[in-house]
Amino acid sequence: MSQPEMDAQSDSQAPTAPTVAVPVEAIGPSYLTITKTFTSWALTLDHKRIGVMYLIGVLIMFLIGGVFALLVRTELFSPLALITPLFADTIEAQADMYNKWFTTHGAIMVFLVIIPGVPAALGNFVLPLLLGAKDVAFPKLNLGSFYLWVTGAGFFLYVLFTGGLDTGWTFYTPYSAESGTAVIPALMGVFILGFSSIFTGLNFIVTIHKMRPPGMTWFKMPLFLWATYATAVMQVLATPVIGITVLLLILERTLGIGIFDPRNGGDPVLFQHFFWFYSHPAVYIMIVPPMGIVSELIAVHSHKRIFGYTYIAFSSVAIAIFSFLVWGHHMFTSGQSTTMNIIFSGITFSVGLPSAIKIFNWIATMYKGAISLNTAMLYGISFIFLFTIGGLTGLFLAVLSIDTHLHDTYFVVAHFHYVMMGSGLIAFIGGLHHWWPKMTGKMFSEYWGRIACGLVFVGFNLTFIPQFVMGSLGMPRRYYTYADKFEGYHQLSTLGSYVMAAGFFLTAYYLIQSLVSGKKAPANPWGGNSLEWHTTSPPPLLNFYEVPDATDPYDFENLEYDPVTENYETTKVG
Amino acid sequence: MSGDAHPNESNQHAGHDGDHAGGHGDGHGHSPYQAHHFDTMKQQFEAGKLGMWLFLATEVLLFGGLFCFYTVTKSNDPELFKWGHHFLDKRWGATNTMVLLFSSLTMALAVREAQLGRKNRILFYLAVTFLCGAGFMGIKYIEYSKKFHEGLFPGAYFVYENVIDSEEARIHEQEEAQLAHADLDLPVASVVTEVPKARGLVLQPATPPTGLSSSAQELEHGEETAGGHEADEGGHAPGLAIAPSHLPPGPRPANAHVFFSIYFCLTGLHGIHVLIGMGVMVWLAALAMQGRFGPGYFTPVDLGGLYWHLVDLIWIYLFPLLYLVE
Repeated sequence: MSQPEMDAQSDSQAPTAPTVAVPVEAIGPSYLTITKTFTSWALTLDHKRIGVMYLIGVLIMFLIGGVFALLVRTELFSPLALITPLFADTIEAQADMYNKWFTTHGAIMVFLVIIPGVPAALGNFVLPLLLGAKDVAFPKLNLGSFYLWVTGAGFFLYVLFTGGLDTGWTFYTPYSAESGTAVIPALMGVFILGFSSIFTGLNFIVTIHKMRPPGMTWFKMPLFLWATYATAVMQVLATPVIGITVLLLILERTLGIGIFDPRNGGDPVLFQHFFWFYSHPAVYIMIVPPMGIVSELIAVHSHKRIFGYTYIAFSSVAIAIFSFLVWGHHMFTSGQSTTMNIIFSGITFSVGLPSAIKIFNWIATMYKGAISLNTAMLYGISFIFLFTIGGLTGLFLAVLSIDTHLHDTYFVVAHFHYVMMGSGLIAFIGGLHHWWPKMTGKMFSEYWGRIACGLVFVGFNLTFIPQFVMGSLGMPRRYYTYADKFEGYHQLSTLGSYVMAAGFFLTAYYLIQSLVSGKKAPANPWGGNSLEWHTTSPPPLLNFYEVPDATDPYDFENLEYDPVTENYETTKVG
Repeated sequence: MSGDAHPNESNQHAGHDGDHAGGHGDGHGHSPYQAHHFDTMKQQFEAGKLGMWLFLATEVLLFGGLFCFYTVTKSNDPELFKWGHHFLDKRWGATNTMVLLFSSLTMALAVREAQLGRKNRILFYLAVTFLCGAGFMGIKYIEYSKKFHEGLFPGAYFVYENVIDSEEARIHEQEEAQLAHADLDLPVASVVTEVPKARGLVLQPATPPTGLSSSAQELEHGEETAGGHEADEGGHAPGLAIAPSHLPPGPRPANAHVFFSIYFCLTGLHGIHVLIGMGVMVWLAALAMQGRFGPGYFTPVDLGGLYWHLVDLIWIYLFPLLYLVE
């Protein structure tokens, strides 16, 4: 069966008999080259271009947030004031400078990098491709989401250039009601970013419900779609609550409405409930799509059918459901009743079940697989390792008595960095490598990729394992100084952060270099069988030259590596 | 392919008597309103509808935070609401409820007419719905401005003293300026603390001058006999008059301002939604003017209608929770 040239505008009903696409060759211009004006990007409705714009924005914010992380780590190299004196004179001002740094780092990384990273940047690009669709259900809304994100990022940059924010990314009352820093612009940023996130989630739910190709039932979807779907549900149901919460906090600051500030008759713990009702699901918004990526990475690069498909799919849904029932574990020491503590502790433990199911299934997938240790796969394996640590230390914190000791220590800091960064961002970068050839049409240097992954992995563990130790020894979080006995741990941690930064800068270098001088990417460089590998790299404007039929995304039997084209070719029609 | 231009079956029947001008007909060619990335109009319609329902879910959750604020405050301090609702006029609230319920009917009729493609009737019903929204906002304006006059602002700007001042001003006029300015300047705090159990407590200063005292008794008397709804009647209502029904029985709760925070947050956010809904009506009317709607394509009216019904529904909850709470 040859590849007929299709008029992109005319639809054709795909045949119902399963066919397997033959080697794909570009017939027309790709989505990257079809138009070249600025407005053709700025006003594009194409999900791929929107995804790329998101990606650029997210990576810029990652750089800014990362610089602040390095500032924080550098300051903590010594218990003495090390670099804050460059920015402030008095000890109080120096301490507050440190507060602004960690707040900026946290707020940017959470709201502008990790939450939109996988769903909005990679998800936007990949989701319609995985569905064989031409676009998401609401392309204009999609572009609107992007500009909401840009506006929200603008608010954060405004905060950054007007003296920063010192409340911590959690905006806990009563301090956030009285802090002299630019709390209201930051809250406006959160509100706007929330709606960006909601509209992305809404778009994805509708797209997955209504635009699956013929033959793709729910249980034939790639697992990334299950993860994205579960995430989208969380985004749609949790994010409005942070929206109203930050509005109420703005009103508390401006009008003193008496909801969160005890001076006006409000209840600060109520703020924590409101905040974590969103922000705990938000943590899973950060981790579930990366889990979806890892499901793809492990299966494709092991060239083996994913083990326990149904369990992985349902565990994503289970995590989404549990996410709404565990927010109280952030308030074990906030004066919550013992009964509530016990209930939240119990439900928190049960989150371990679906998470462990995923881990075991990924490992079982790798067992006896033909594993290619590509950069993407190395990130996938790193994820499994780091998420296991992050998840298990979460169980420590779910124990009420232990949490009383560990609450607000570096143990918590290390735990959530293992989950949000060691897992979330690592999988994001793994997914970036996995889909980079598809997005850009260029191959990056595997040699430098593996080295960079190694640096990131070693640097990450070097940064955060000492934090587990000093946290359990009682080092509290969010202080610009510390007792001398913690100095060694902090110095190790700071060194680790430099190693990690070196890895990321190396990654940035070889990825940018690949755009300039990278080899042309084949359609299917890794041997995947989900639909995005059945179109050219990069895809044409409407994604496919022929409306594709659903494939079995985890059937790798018919793919054979062709060393000449460095492409995986379909050998037989199945 | 490309055949099914019908969003759903019931509209196939409606298609025959439609005078739709969009050129999208029964079963041949693309509807001009079909986006390129959808295979069929049916798929497009269903996607739009699902998207709208999801959006409405987010709206419910957005208001959910405020309802949570209400619930927490009420369970901590039930007296606050028993006290505060006296400041809300049930008659205006009930009128607004009827206005919005009626507008829901006209909105539903507008959707029906859009399905039939009867342009003039669509415009008529959209206009009625719009006017209902405007009427609702007008009544809200009356209610809000009265509270602003009285100083019943949310939170820190709450000045209960204004209620006292304006009430005293009214009595002052009524008694033909018998009171000296010294009386008006009585410290309010002492009034509240010294006579905590008095009905209409603010009307009884520590050493009431005869004129004020008698008028206060009159007021109490009137309230008892007429059920507290003698509001503006009796021809003694100058500009800042406060209906006696506005002066609740019992002492003012410590967090009185929180009641008005809740009132303004809930009705304010709802009012913003009504305004957005009115904007949607204008937009729909503009589309209808172009003859866009008919049996093959009425998605915007349908979705706008869903939104409008949700806005109504939220008010259905707000009215009893705030006005009829006792």
